[in-house]
Amino acid sequence: MKLIIAYIQPEKLNDVKQALYAAEIFKMSVTNALGCGQQKGYHETYRGVDVEVNLRKKIRLEIAINDEFVQSTIDAVIKGARTDKIGDGKIFVLPLERCVRIRTGQEGNEAIG
Amino acid sequence: MGKRHFRKVRAKRLIVLLFIVLFVAPSLAQGAETAIEAVQDNANVVWTCVAAFLVFFMQAGFAMVETGFTRAKNAVNILMKNLMDFSVGTIAFFLIGFGLMFGANSSGWIGTDLFALSGRESNSWIFTFLIFQTVFAATAATIVSGAMAERTKFVGYLAYSVLITLIVYPIFGSWVWGNLLLADNKAWLADLGFLDFAGSTVVHSVGGWLALAGAIMLGPRIGKYGPDKKPRAIMGHNIPLAALGVFILWFGWFGFNSGSTTTANASIGFIAVTTNLAAAAGAVTAMLTAWIIFRKPDASMALNGALAGLVSITAGCDGVSPLGALAIGAVGGVLVVLSVIFIDRVLKIDDPVGAASVHGVCGVWGTLAVGLFNMEKGLFYMAGPAQLGVQLLGAGAAFVWAFGLGLVLFFLIKKTIGLRVSREEELSGLDVGEHGMEAYAGFQIFANQ
Repeated sequence: MKLIIAYIQPEKLNDVKQALYAAEIFKMSVTNALGCGQQKGYHETYRGVDVEVNLRKKIRLEIAINDEFVQSTIDAVIKGARTDKIGDGKIFVLPLERCVRIRTGQEGNEAIG
Repeated sequence: MGKRHFRKVRAKRLIVLLFIVLFVAPSLAQGAETAIEAVQDNANVVWTCVAAFLVFFMQAGFAMVETGFTRAKNAVNILMKNLMDFSVGTIAFFLIGFGLMFGANSSGWIGTDLFALSGRESNSWIFTFLIFQTVFAATAATIVSGAMAERTKFVGYLAYSVLITLIVYPIFGSWVWGNLLLADNKAWLADLGFLDFAGSTVVHSVGGWLALAGAIMLGPRIGKYGPDKKPRAIMGHNIPLAALGVFILWFGWFGFNSGSTTTANASIGFIAVTTNLAAAAGAVTAMLTAWIIFRKPDASMALNGALAGLVSITAGCDGVSPLGALAIGAVGGVLVVLSVIFIDRVLKIDDPVGAASVHGVCGVWGTLAVGLFNMEKGLFYMAGPAQLGVQLLGAGAAFVWAFGLGLVLFFLIKKTIGLRVSREEELSGLDVGEHGMEAYAGFQIFANQ
């Protein structure tokens, strides 16, 4: 079992979701996040004063998945989120120790799927 | 035959008409005249009250502008300040302020009766006049809360609210408008010929200069100026609310200016036109000025610009031409942007919503503009500089009185009750610190911004 965490551009969420659906991956959690990587900040002005915004709005996706789906999930996220520009985001893959479905008490591979 | 019959009827009608004109009409006319007078009196009451209700709604506008231009953690506090300066102000103005402003006045400097309406005449106009003047006093009072936003101790602000509607606003008001209710009253500025139709000086400059004094006495918000003394942006949390507030103010201003006729006549429409033109021009020129200087049409500046146009036309809305109004509003819009930059960068005074610029600076401009654009007395209409001189004197008197007394009062409040919250409270927000509640309760990612 693996936990995939992906940071993507907010405006690409819809594309990523569609790519995941196409790859038959339907379970995910989505949260708003602030972050910066290579893209660094950008410039805003408010009432004539420059504002350096160095934490940009991002979307954080979390997908818990059985090992055989890891590659197709990664491919789907890339397919949906990639624009070849700095700021497209990153994907992290973490080992997942346990997974319990609250309703039934099932564990492991069964609970994830 | 038809024609003859018609002539016969016409002749009969003529005779009847002649009879009416000669014998009946004189007695009827007298009755009709009093009836017309009564209708006019009632129409005046209706219009003045409707206008007062519109001006009351401006309180909602101020509340929304100030809430939108400040941070979420101080929203409850700023709403409470707006609610309380109206409520406390209404009571203070009724008990004392109204009398100081409009009571019997033989010196031209201060009114001496009508406290809590005691000794009032039997006519009911005084009630209409009181409600109209109450909402004006409260407008002057509420201007200040925005400039002092996000760092003022609530009890200190309450003390200020009492003082402005009790003393500061009414005494200055008596110098200009003291003869509006009792025509025999003296009012030294009015007697000199000072013109301020709806209160560019009396309401807005007075409020704006008090706001400036308050902001100076408080000092800037934590984080407003960096170690290098450069101003930093502290973004307002809700521009849609601020925009709603400006639209409400614009709407209410039709009552503020057109209502200052306190008479239901044709001038209402004329004043509505000059008022609207100036507001529109102010919004446009403020946007253009911001666009040129900051390279983007800053929404908060364009919104300030509409208000700047409105404040600028308030003094002269009855006596300048529509084209003159357009020019006055346009200058106001440019002026407000430059003034915000000047106060922020050069004077380094932290005025979160630009109250001193919108109301103080544009109030002075609007007052002086009467001396330039007034169609009978203005310099641009070949009437000489005399009126401009009087306008300058009045605007200067307002500055000395409101800014000077403001500094003294805020200093006294600072030394006794306290004017500013603690550093910890300011950082975590005045909503929790002063009022023990949040504006936006529940789970939020940016609740402490």
